[in-house]
Amino acid sequence: MENGIPGIASTGDLAAVVDRVAHVYEGARGSLIPILQDVQAEIGYLPPEVMERIAERAGVPASQVFGVASFYSQFRLEPVGKHIIRVCHGTACHVQGARAITEAILNELDVEEGGTTEDGKFTVEPVACLGCCSLAPVIMIGEDAFGRLTPDEARRIVREYDR
Amino acid sequence: MRSAASGVTITVGLSSCGIAAGAADVARAFEREVKERDLDVRVRRTGCVGMCYNEPIVDVEVEGLGKLTYGGIAADNVARIVEEHVVGGQPIEEWLVRAEGRDLPDDAYYSRQVRLVLRNAGEIDPESIDEYVEAGGYGALKKALTSMSGEDVVREITDSGLRGRGGAGFPTGVKWDLCRRQKAEPKYMIVNADEGDPGAFMDRSILEGDPHSVLEGLAIAAYAVGASEGFVYARAEYPLAVKRLKIAIADSRERGFLGERVLGSGFSFDVHVKEGAGAFVCGEETALIASIEGKRGMPRLRPPYPAVSGLWGQPTNNNNVETYANVPWIIKNGAAAYASYGTDTSKGTKVFALAGKIVRGGLVEVPMGIPLKDVIYEVGGGIPGGRRFKAVQLGGPSGGCDPEEHIDIEIDYESVTKTGAIMGSGGLVVMDDTTCMVDIARFFLRFTQDESCGKCTFCRVGTKRMLEILERICDGDGREGDIELLQELGEKIISSSLCGLGQSAPNPVLTTLKYFRDEYEAHIRERRCPALACRPLITFEIDRDKCTGCTVCARKCPVDAVTGEKKQVHTIDQDLCTKCGACRDACKFDAVTVR
Repeated sequence: MENGIPGIASTGDLAAVVDRVAHVYEGARGSLIPILQDVQAEIGYLPPEVMERIAERAGVPASQVFGVASFYSQFRLEPVGKHIIRVCHGTACHVQGARAITEAILNELDVEEGGTTEDGKFTVEPVACLGCCSLAPVIMIGEDAFGRLTPDEARRIVREYDR
Repeated sequence: MRSAASGVTITVGLSSCGIAAGAADVARAFEREVKERDLDVRVRRTGCVGMCYNEPIVDVEVEGLGKLTYGGIAADNVARIVEEHVVGGQPIEEWLVRAEGRDLPDDAYYSRQVRLVLRNAGEIDPESIDEYVEAGGYGALKKALTSMSGEDVVREITDSGLRGRGGAGFPTGVKWDLCRRQKAEPKYMIVNADEGDPGAFMDRSILEGDPHSVLEGLAIAAYAVGASEGFVYARAEYPLAVKRLKIAIADSRERGFLGERVLGSGFSFDVHVKEGAGAFVCGEETALIASIEGKRGMPRLRPPYPAVSGLWGQPTNNNNVETYANVPWIIKNGAAAYASYGTDTSKGTKVFALAGKIVRGGLVEVPMGIPLKDVIYEVGGGIPGGRRFKAVQLGGPSGGCDPEEHIDIEIDYESVTKTGAIMGSGGLVVMDDTTCMVDIARFFLRFTQDESCGKCTFCRVGTKRMLEILERICDGDGREGDIELLQELGEKIISSSLCGLGQSAPNPVLTTLKYFRDEYEAHIRERRCPALACRPLITFEIDRDKCTGCTVCARKCPVDAVTGEKKQVHTIDQDLCTKCGACRDACKFDAVTVR
């Protein structure tokens, strides 16, 4: 795994992913964002060579692709861990102790906020609001949401994923 | 709604909050239990009924016993429910939260609600178009297409008094009329499902619980305006809502409610889903349009308004999810019926997401004009833990905090705006005396500063400067003159910003300065946080008289700042202490004090 992306062994493979996705959206207007979303869904993030290839396929300058990718918080320009832990920092969660939850998780995994653990298992990032406010404080790991957390509960859940 | 001949029906609330509380496990447990016992029981799913504080929620309908609702159910409780209630015919009284024919404590949650938008939420399976149609769905679209002209529809919506529910409260009929009168073709429709306000989940619940109501409203609007294509712009953070929406669109096309020649009429209309990519500013309509066009989500000057020149330069009608969800009800029941609810200027109902320091938090739909106090105390059940109400935050990062003195206001657009807050999209976050208002102002500024698109200097740089001042104040480094500077900066940012984000970002600061100035002054002049929340300004200590030396706090401390022998009084090393509060939360003897 040359670039650490599971299942994608070479730059040739990366190009193949881009070409395949771009083909799906051929002829559709305003498809730059869906293309970036679909490519990121397969590769996990957007390395520079991928963005350049997308620029070629979409017929726009690479700077425009970079401009769009860096504007939206969903797009990652760095590799991410196997599990992405999103800690909600919405108003209700903030009022109900999101700070303590974040600290517990960062402490448990020995990682910085927004960073990825050394073993590549987890990325922990704060998000603005997951929309589960009545269950504050909330975290999401992948597509699973967990609510009504205490710092200890949060640690326990994270440890479960680590197994 | 379900045929009387069916045996027993068990309905589990399976929207995002239900699932986050464990409802998926509960549903699976019911399926297993029912299968093992070989019972004639139907286990079905529904969306969010709004009683989020009681999730997971399960309805059990046994013939002769009526519909009974259980709350707070875990997978472990399932066997007993099946054994005693389903098989034995004896409901488990202590777990009931709602029941036909019974008076229960939580009835107060519903007694003031008027559920027009949420009419189907918690009743139908959101992934079943059959159940939507059975509940009267698409009847309004049929009525519009067969017996009304586009103009008639616009007039009906105008007469109803419906105002945009996304936050600005612009009269919907006026907006549709403007777009309708444009000659350019094609015209586009947009559903703004980018619900980015932290603390707001109304649109998520509507999309997860009754997506067809939005599609039907959208189709009626498209007919009124003369549009042929529509886009639902949904946040990427709402994967379940996106999934259910896509299912609904596919089913709708199949039945002829969308696509070529809808219901055999001359009207053709199709809908696509566009997922957002994580930018709060894309809730602003011109930024949203830029995003659909594949660009950075940066707002542009209006006029021209999207109704005249919007997506791809064409006439475009953009409305919020909740606005569209009101439309089928209005067309079916008439403008006068809708206008019978609400106040002179704000007709109909509003869905609120009640959260924060509140006993009963969840999704509620109340008529406009209801006193704010009633929503908090009657519907919401007041403040938990015996604590005191301090403020209620309305309108998200664009809104403001209203203190006790304004709690009697009747909720409508104008009354709320008069207090300095805004109605906003419906987020209502309640705060008690443990919430620091300066910290809240900082919280919102952090958010808007991060989300500012950067186009306007005053918004881009001004919010950063305001945030820096607030950070200093919360760190105990506030200076004389900071308050005046915040006030001045806030006013200038509002007047110099192009879009709603900049124009409202200073609101939380300005309202907290107006109503809680004493807190700011305590932080600045005394380096004191009255709510005991700002960490650099508080100290955790162990009370010698109460400490039993149980060592629990020492073990809980994540930085090993607590020392002490077993059965001896413990102490906290102030140099190591991070003020996280774990020791206070763990202590069973109330021996940890905060100053």
